[in-house]
Amino acid sequence: MKKKSLKSAGMLLAVVTSLTMVLSGCGSKNNNNNGAASPSASAPASESASPSASPSDSGTGTTIDAKGMKIGMATDTGGVNDKSFNQQAWEALQKVANDTGAEAKYLESKKDSDYQPNLNSFVKNGYTLTWGIGFLFADAMKTIAEQNPDAKLALIDSSVDAPNVESVLFKENEGSYLVGIVAGLTTKTNKIGFVGGMELPVIKKFEVGFKAGVAAVNPNATVTSNYVGDFSKPDLGKLAAATLYDGGADIIFHAAGGSGNGVFTEAKDRLKSGNKVWVIGVDKDQSLEFGNEITLTSMMKKVDEAVTKVTLDTLSGNFKGGTVELGLKEGGVGLPVENPNVPKDVLDKVEEYKQKIISGEITVPTE
Amino acid sequence: MSENQSVRKWSRIFVASSIWVPIIAIILGLICGAIVMWIGGFNAWDAYSALFKKVFGSKYDIGETIRTITPLLFTGLSVGFAFRAGLFNIGADGQFIMGMTGATILGIKIDFLPWILHAPIAVLGGMIVGGLWGALAGYLKSSRGVNEVISCIMLNWIALYLSNYLIRTLVLKQGSQRSEEIQSSASMSIDWLSKAMDNARMDWGIVFGLICTSLFYIILWRTKQGYELRAVGFNPEAARFSGINVSKNMLKSMMISGMIAGLGGVFEVLGVFHYQVISAASSGYGFDGIAVALLGGNHPVGILLSSILFGVLTYGSAGMNFTAGVPTEIVRIVIGCVIFFVASQGLIQMLYKPFTARRDAKRKEAA
Repeated sequence: MKKKSLKSAGMLLAVVTSLTMVLSGCGSKNNNNNGAASPSASAPASESASPSASPSDSGTGTTIDAKGMKIGMATDTGGVNDKSFNQQAWEALQKVANDTGAEAKYLESKKDSDYQPNLNSFVKNGYTLTWGIGFLFADAMKTIAEQNPDAKLALIDSSVDAPNVESVLFKENEGSYLVGIVAGLTTKTNKIGFVGGMELPVIKKFEVGFKAGVAAVNPNATVTSNYVGDFSKPDLGKLAAATLYDGGADIIFHAAGGSGNGVFTEAKDRLKSGNKVWVIGVDKDQSLEFGNEITLTSMMKKVDEAVTKVTLDTLSGNFKGGTVELGLKEGGVGLPVENPNVPKDVLDKVEEYKQKIISGEITVPTE
Repeated sequence: MSENQSVRKWSRIFVASSIWVPIIAIILGLICGAIVMWIGGFNAWDAYSALFKKVFGSKYDIGETIRTITPLLFTGLSVGFAFRAGLFNIGADGQFIMGMTGATILGIKIDFLPWILHAPIAVLGGMIVGGLWGALAGYLKSSRGVNEVISCIMLNWIALYLSNYLIRTLVLKQGSQRSEEIQSSASMSIDWLSKAMDNARMDWGIVFGLICTSLFYIILWRTKQGYELRAVGFNPEAARFSGINVSKNMLKSMMISGMIAGLGGVFEVLGVFHYQVISAASSGYGFDGIAVALLGGNHPVGILLSSILFGVLTYGSAGMNFTAGVPTEIVRIVIGCVIFFVASQGLIQMLYKPFTARRDAKRKEAA
């Protein structure tokens, strides 16, 4: 009798545990497949980015024979299907591998403690170049770079001071300034929202640049910020957007990765109930994924092009090391080519400010 | 009588005749995983040899595998200890985080002590913080009858956000999402061993883990206190009737359980990272610990073995992906297969029951 009850208690425990494991498994899956509903959209998104890319695209045309060379890429905990920079970077690397005959491989990091072993896997196997994607890699990258002075490493979104690391930073503030101008000239309520992922220096750059852009053309408009606290929670992103729209905002600029998908959902819901609101997308031309009815424009950050360029440079023997910062001048950030929702006079204004930033007449603040 | 039987049931796992159950389970799991890989068009033999090569292939990998095992051992022991006293400590995750936080703050803020004092203080401090966090759930259970599963789940979230808050306000490294580095006097890394192991991150954690494993056994089976704890676990009513203070023992077991989990967090900070990141989600070591404890039959030796199994699978899976080219999704399925079979021991016993049935019948006759 007693044994039986013990047994069933054991069963219950097993069920609870397996449930927990399944549930937690689902949780991390979500991280990887954010908004997996439209996987097809991501491919055209990054492809359409390439034609718009002019100056930094130089390498793609030239033929480099890199047979036998290997390129590695370690993702951060977002995973390779994050619809954000990890995915962009990996798609770019695959393309490079196809074009040059080099071999490309990725390793996903499931925990923070995986960063070092993952980078090491590539380094110790003699990879020509090893990428760490995302600013979370900064510390691991520094350690590995010091321990392996002969390895060639590259890093996105953070800067490591070592001769064998090429760090690629973006001037998100400059691109955000331009979409700020679009927002400032488009808003009817003079209330604009900003939804950020986490309060990191890199996201702050988006916010500050955006605010400066709005203020430059529409001093009467106010920008309210709302931080979600996570890059992979669309539900919280939706909530943050709802708060801002309820407060009277008619445009929201998001820099919240996967959480930003919720901002689009909220805008779609409002559009259905006859309330016209706009979202400004981030990282790639998000109108391709979420439609032109709600996407005003996007602040594109061309991670794929940076990855392509640095990789091709390395394969052709021109690895430089040091830090590059890609801004408007270098074509690293900017608006998409097609902006059907932005009238001509606004686009002219954007172009005007773009030239001013490039010439150095305007310096966009970063914090 | 029934108590005797269940004691036999637990201890039977470690006598020669029933050591076969986990071994058969692991083999079945590997076969099942192989079938999955075969269906997916991958060479299972290559994949498995890649897994073992990844784990035992180089000094660096052996070191990093030990590093992966350490936190699993701690959280497994923590959950197992509470199980023995009849409590389901699903909050090892939160206690782990609190241990990390305690060690981080003590490790950074104290900057005037020599190594010989600072390191023990940081270790003990983190351990106590973790223990108190566990005791909180134990207190709610013993004094108010709050189900420890529910309070623990909630406390996990509170621990996560409290820890983020404390790091942000007390020890944040400017311009990043992590704490400053701990003082070198608090470090629990073994530098000479790391050098010898090709820069793998080696620390004293595993030594303390083994000490905890033996303490686990000594406390529970060789002291009066342990007898009381186990009595409460088997049947709280009977324990109360025989004069044992049940609520005090519940509180104690949760506190000890929390201390063990906290120690896991302590070594993660003082030994592996030397800083703590502000993260949106927990590392999940506490939940892995539940599986480790169940798999190990809540026996210290079993937990040690199962933490090794989990650690090897976790660290080695990167090798299956890296060397054998098996995509991470399939690797996860394979790992899941192994864990499933190992966890469902009843299934294995059912499979081999026909072989032992005759013997059992004979025994019955004899009785």
